[in-house]
Amino acid sequence: MVKRDLVIVGGGPAGMAAAVSAHENGVKDILLIERDRYLGGILNQCIHTGFGINYFKEILTGPEYADRFIKKVRDMLDIEVSFNSIVVKLASDKTVTFLKPGRLETVKAKAIIMATGCREKTREMVHIQGSRPAGIFSAGLAQKLINIEGLLPGKEVVVVGSGDIGLIMARRFVMEGARVKAIIEIQKESRGLLRNMVQCVEDFDIPVYFNHKISRIFGKSRVEKVSVIRVDDSFNEIPGSLFEIQCDTILMSVGLISENELIDMAGIRIEENKTSVPGIFVCGNSFKIYDIVDTVTKDSFLVGKLAANYITNQ
Amino acid sequence: MTCIECPKGCRLAVNIENGRVAKVTGNECPKGEKYAIGEVENPTRIFTSTVLGQGLELKMIPVRTDKAIAKSKIFEAMTQIKRIKISKPLNAGDIIIRNFLGLDVNLIATRKME
Ligand code: SF4
Repeated sequence: MVKRDLVIVGGGPAGMAAAVSAHENGVKDILLIERDRYLGGILNQCIHTGFGINYFKEILTGPEYADRFIKKVRDMLDIEVSFNSIVVKLASDKTVTFLKPGRLETVKAKAIIMATGCREKTREMVHIQGSRPAGIFSAGLAQKLINIEGLLPGKEVVVVGSGDIGLIMARRFVMEGARVKAIIEIQKESRGLLRNMVQCVEDFDIPVYFNHKISRIFGKSRVEKVSVIRVDDSFNEIPGSLFEIQCDTILMSVGLISENELIDMAGIRIEENKTSVPGIFVCGNSFKIYDIVDTVTKDSFLVGKLAANYITNQ
Repeated sequence: MTCIECPKGCRLAVNIENGRVAKVTGNECPKGEKYAIGEVENPTRIFTSTVLGQGLELKMIPVRTDKAIAKSKIFEAMTQIKRIKISKPLNAGDIIIRNFLGLDVNLIATRKME
């Protein structure tokens, strides 16, 4: 079995910051495992500005923020990056098993940092009735389709939820020539940052319905319309307030959840940025959901240092 | 109005006299005042989008203007960048179009692409 000082799972902002920090704190044998063919994670599809104000004291886009760390990782020759590699198993004896093109490999590490990020909540988690036609996307998936793949998933859009990605994607759809007919938010105010309400929603006159929810999705093969109903502050439906909106696409922006299956399957508990197994750490969105990447970087630097100290004291 | 210069999103109170900003309060730093004046007198945004790549590792290349442009120019900017095709590798920060739309800003790539 291959032995490594430090294995980091995930090459997004958290994993990269942890790698750079561990290296700066003296760890010279680092394997960074990334499932995609490039580093940077979610930042690559966040092409809008608003990153780096705290950390770099400049306003950057997501790809630019990622690029600065990609360069650092590349310059630290002791950090080996395994691309297109998917971790299938984490075990409490500090072994990591991953599938890379052509083979399955297991490494034993002195310390492990899990930086596996998060994923979006789906329609199933918010319980909307109706059919299951094509045309329902999570906002982040739509973001990837437009910004990376260059595909516009629909022309008449209703956004469910007012999380930041939903607001940012509402603007993006409008810029690409689609119509965003409504943002439907069950709570009485936006869940996203105020700045996104201003520069995404108000700038483009997109109608927002607070205290409303989708009651049903209609459509056979493709989404055709949704019905929307008003709710009170305890989310009870208000009778007689139902109305319909024609659309071909629904974007779900109802929040994020940490992706921690590998840790759960190993029977390991997360305790702050550490875990119940000494030497296994967690950082970034897999630890908790962050609003801004600058804070992810700052916290992940600390975790990189903790892991370095742990390895030194072995 | 809400300052969008940083994620704090300070709520600004702006006194306007004859279409010009007379006084700004509620900002936690000087950027807020500058933002309020710009927002009232000439609202601008950094424009971000993607352009088509050809024969590069990914289909879309993210781009932005290096300075803010008038909000009213965003759709003109979109029409303009639909005409662009990039076939040469780029680094983040490379200029794609100089003096974009004649607005004295440059359109730059925001991601390295090979
Ligand atoms: S006024 Fe300053 S601190 Fe407040 S949101 Fe604007 S930039 Fe941020």
